[in-house]
Amino acid sequence: MAIKRVGLQTVKLSNPPSIISGATIVGPKEGEGPLKEYFDLILEDDMWGQESFEKAEAKIQEEAIKLAISKANLSPNDIQYLFSGDLLNQIISSSYTARQLEIPYFGLYGACSTMTESLSLGAMIIDGGFADKVVCATSSHFSSAERQFRFPLEYGSQRPFTSQWTVTGAGATVLSATGNGPYITYITTGKIKDYGIKDANNMGGAMAPAAIDTISQHFKDTGYSPKDYDLIITGDLALVGKRILLDLMKREGYDLSEVYSDCGLKIFDGEKQDTHAGGSGCGCAAVVFNGYIYKEMLKRNLNRVLLVATGALHSPLSILQGESIPAIAHAVTIDNLVE
Amino acid sequence: MDKMTNKDYQKFVEEKIPKPIYLKNAINAFLIGGLICTLGQVIRNILFSYNLDEKTVAIGTSIILIFLGSLLTGLGIYDKIGKHGGAGATVPITGFANSIVSPAMEFKREGFIFGVAARMFIIAGPVLVYGVGSSVIMGILYIILTKR
Repeated sequence: MAIKRVGLQTVKLSNPPSIISGATIVGPKEGEGPLKEYFDLILEDDMWGQESFEKAEAKIQEEAIKLAISKANLSPNDIQYLFSGDLLNQIISSSYTARQLEIPYFGLYGACSTMTESLSLGAMIIDGGFADKVVCATSSHFSSAERQFRFPLEYGSQRPFTSQWTVTGAGATVLSATGNGPYITYITTGKIKDYGIKDANNMGGAMAPAAIDTISQHFKDTGYSPKDYDLIITGDLALVGKRILLDLMKREGYDLSEVYSDCGLKIFDGEKQDTHAGGSGCGCAAVVFNGYIYKEMLKRNLNRVLLVATGALHSPLSILQGESIPAIAHAVTIDNLVE
Repeated sequence: MDKMTNKDYQKFVEEKIPKPIYLKNAINAFLIGGLICTLGQVIRNILFSYNLDEKTVAIGTSIILIFLGSLLTGLGIYDKIGKHGGAGATVPITGFANSIVSPAMEFKREGFIFGVAARMFIIAGPVLVYGVGSSVIMGILYIILTKR
């Protein structure tokens, strides 16, 4: 009998794990954005002395994890599991990082939803009594993602208004069975939603239904409503996805306009930084959460947050074959107080 | 949300998408495309002043424009021209050079055989295949229709 389940898709953690540290490393463009003061390290060069963008991404993830662990006054030996993932084929950034760290490792692929996927699994492992300390991490890199999903960097093409800018950056969170919060209290795991969007340049449109489904289910399962939250923030729906989400959530009977935001809209100044619809990538939710949200929660400016990272689970191959984009959203409640 | 069909949703999404600024894009494409063509004409006139014949001048102009397109790609300038010029920068032969040089640069890390050489034509390949293919078909039609 699964006593921790509430409703259809949610679990309530009976011993909520505490977030004891968070670390972020971002690229130069993110470091010029509105959230720059929240990041631990801003790189001047997005290659970071490496010979390829892929190696640079792995280094960014590795250093972010090490930083998060050392901020908690721990060493990698104290960590029992590493949950991480990224956007590159066969999640190489995460696996090469895990090779360096020698922490027992679960590699995840949830595209841009990986931050809440890793937090969900990490928190359940701790609550289940299988570990005391785990790290949840993810990374993305604009240039490694561009070459895999789109065009060469120097190719002179025009980006459509619906396109998003992959965040260069990594975020890592250390979860612990003991600590002073903030705590992970509820986890709502999303189902794949696919409304037939085939345009890989319109990921906000493809992912919005997944976020809407997960958020509404979260309210139904937990009994919470939008006013119970200080902030409900999606991963990277960006401008187009935000418009869709707010409209359709209203039709579902939930008015989110007062508390809603999106990591992809927070991280860049779309007008000045020419990022079109907004930011995206695993690193987007990771650095906004471990930078902005975590630090604001420690300052008690935010006390209960619903983080809903969203992922578009297509591949360049499936898009060429004319398949639509399967999308997912996982929600995690982060609370300064435990009931 | 559950009551929405895929078609309803896709229609709904269309309404939420910002529309491209067609007039501004068209003017930019006209200006930048026109500038590249004017440059081609200048090169042509200079070459003619060396008393070269029509065929040599045509080849020489193409070679110089391809060189300039490649050079600007290597210097990291052509992608910015393309961003503002759109088709005005893509359609001329300089854009064709950009489409071959940019993947060649991008995939250098994967080696000169499986990287540079194999990936060089990922964008230009279709243009070459269908360009050469259709010219062969036109050639055969020309022979059949004129040599009867």
